[in-house]
Amino acid sequence: MHRILDKEVLAPDVVRFWVEGAHIARKRKPGQFVIVRTSEEGERIPLTIADVDKARGAISIIVQGVGKSTRHLNALNAGDSILDMAGPLGRPTELHPDRRVCCIGGGIGTAVVYPIACGFKALHGQVTAIVGGRTKDFVILEKELRAVVDRVIVTTDDGSYGVKGLVTDALTGLIAEGQQFDEVVAVGPLPMMRAVVEVTRPLGIPTTVSLNPVMVDGTGMCGGCRVSVGGEQKFVCVDGPEFNGHQVDFEELGARLRAYREQEAESLRLYGDRMACHVQTR
Amino acid sequence: MAKKIIQKTKMPMPLQDPHLRAHNFDEVALGYPVDLAVLEAQRCIQCKNDPCVAGCPVDIDIPAFIRQIAERDFEGAYHTLMERNVLPAVCGRVCPQEEQCEAKCTLGVKNEPVAIGRLERFVADYAAMVKFTDDAPLAPPTGHKVAVVGSGPAGLTVAADLAKMGHGVTIFEALHKAGGVLVYGIPEFRLPKSIVEHEIEGLRRIGVEIKTNHVIGQTFTVDELFTELGYEAVFIATGAGLPTFPKIPGINLIGVYSANEYLTRSNLMKAYLFPATDTPTIRGKRVAVIGGGNTAMDAVRTSLRLGAEHAYLVYRRTRQEMPARAEEIDHAEEEGVDIVMLAAPTAILADERSRVRAMRCIRMELGEPDSSGRRSPVPIKGSEFDLDVDTVVFAIGQGANPLIRNTTPDLPVNKWGNILADDGTGATQKAGVFAGGDIVTGGATVISAMGAGRRAARAIDTYLRSPSSDGYSPTDL
Repeated sequence: MHRILDKEVLAPDVVRFWVEGAHIARKRKPGQFVIVRTSEEGERIPLTIADVDKARGAISIIVQGVGKSTRHLNALNAGDSILDMAGPLGRPTELHPDRRVCCIGGGIGTAVVYPIACGFKALHGQVTAIVGGRTKDFVILEKELRAVVDRVIVTTDDGSYGVKGLVTDALTGLIAEGQQFDEVVAVGPLPMMRAVVEVTRPLGIPTTVSLNPVMVDGTGMCGGCRVSVGGEQKFVCVDGPEFNGHQVDFEELGARLRAYREQEAESLRLYGDRMACHVQTR
Repeated sequence: MAKKIIQKTKMPMPLQDPHLRAHNFDEVALGYPVDLAVLEAQRCIQCKNDPCVAGCPVDIDIPAFIRQIAERDFEGAYHTLMERNVLPAVCGRVCPQEEQCEAKCTLGVKNEPVAIGRLERFVADYAAMVKFTDDAPLAPPTGHKVAVVGSGPAGLTVAADLAKMGHGVTIFEALHKAGGVLVYGIPEFRLPKSIVEHEIEGLRRIGVEIKTNHVIGQTFTVDELFTELGYEAVFIATGAGLPTFPKIPGINLIGVYSANEYLTRSNLMKAYLFPATDTPTIRGKRVAVIGGGNTAMDAVRTSLRLGAEHAYLVYRRTRQEMPARAEEIDHAEEEGVDIVMLAAPTAILADERSRVRAMRCIRMELGEPDSSGRRSPVPIKGSEFDLDVDTVVFAIGQGANPLIRNTTPDLPVNKWGNILADDGTGATQKAGVFAGGDIVTGGATVISAMGAGRRAARAIDTYLRSPSSDGYSPTDL
């Protein structure tokens, strides 16, 4: 059992938890994730470790409530406990010193990009962050990133905050300004990552993406998280989660992410009905 | 005294009706009732040279426990079993007795051997029902600490043996539940999870500590188990690794699973109860499982219970070459599995939503024997045919898990990534590190993993008691 120390709402349906887990905090490096489970009937949910607080022996996870499992997790409060938490899992980010890096986060993807940006800064990198959201409300971790990196550009689809447009518009703008990047890191919805790699591919800028496929055990046993990278079979849980974005077969990954769409909708509908009853009887 | 007349065949095992059981996850074999067990035990002629014991990888005193059953001393029989085997309810169900103890039975020369496996199961189940406890005294604490990585059959055996010898034992399990393949792999209908839990509870009672959600290689490295946590020896039994898929088009379509994933979703995550549980699985109507081992049988029989109307088992050789136990193949056939022999997939075909719509296969014929001694399958040109299926499960083996290898560079492995360990002791070439089970041998059986655990426990005990652990080498044992 892992006690929740703090809970904070960062955006609509997006929550940051600080959770006890000293043995995970001491070992975690940027890019790694945990698998959590909230009940005996629960799924194993992979979540990036957004930050660690070694003094408190805690890690932070940022969760977007999309389906039943993530909504159930987000309904927990400080003082509650998470039943199971295993990690840190996956390979750490390959950090190189003195790099000029553009870290791009779209929506909840910013939670994955933030620790990577911190990692490059710790190695004296020059880091620009582009943070995108649908509207102002969905822009997360801007303040945290401003405290760490050299420059932050915010984009929103509707122009309600920052620059109106997509993260790729901002990236293209920076490159047009003459900004040089040794590397781009992009994490967010699949279409966003795909768009970024198409911007950087013709320019030959190495681009890393972090993938979040359907996963079961997360420890290199089941093979459910397999992806095609450069025509080779890779397992995200032990070979990833980060890969060369120019080589990822996004089309296939996109299809595989839709494997359980109907079941997920059913599960969420039943959960919604139960919550509605719960509210009425209170 | 009149000469004893011996019944020629085993007392039949009561089974759930195939038509019913193909649609539920309840156990298929119901177990002997008391009277049938006693009658079966009385078939044993108590021959002098105990050939059956030689066939047992963990050296159970088989004639003794069978005599005790015949005398209705069930508690005595239970203690006899527990002296040598900490998982009797598991072994009685999943050991291939027909190749081990029962293959050596004197009775088996002319008639059917004594049903040793069924009797072992009877004693274990009876003991659980009437709550016998294993009160064999533990050795006084030695003060030594051993870490066991993985809680499958090898890990549980080594842990139990070392705890009985008085050592402090902690098992580190990566998943949220202890038991390894016994909980994620072998289905409920063949090995009820309550039985595994009961046997693991027995380990906790003798002082074994189990830490779930600890992924060694990630949460702690093997070296950190020594340097930071103070263990004096480590036994690695991490089991199966990443599944093997053939290099054919379509293996990443929706509806293509490894047996590991298919079984883990159903067994560990209880996807067959979805949406009461949260992990979904695809309930295929027409399912093809590829392979001929026990895992393939488990997968194809699971598909029926998940609602498949037609379940194929596709195997590239013939029934004679299948590595699965004959009993499992029989059970699958009784339940209506359609066995397609001498065929192998060449492609999986997609519909417009990237879901499986068919599997293209090619007919095979048997050629010359290969390195395994089995006749190797050769494709017949132009013999392709399509199976109309919506789900495909590959049960064709697995590689070695990379997590410990990647973080323990001084632990030698073979070209497949399996840890190199001495067969007699489990000792690796890294001081204080022992290994056993599938991570050493590649995919094998529950009982062979338990045998490895048993042998390693003796070697670890010797290692811990040696005056100086420094300068130890595996050849000292």
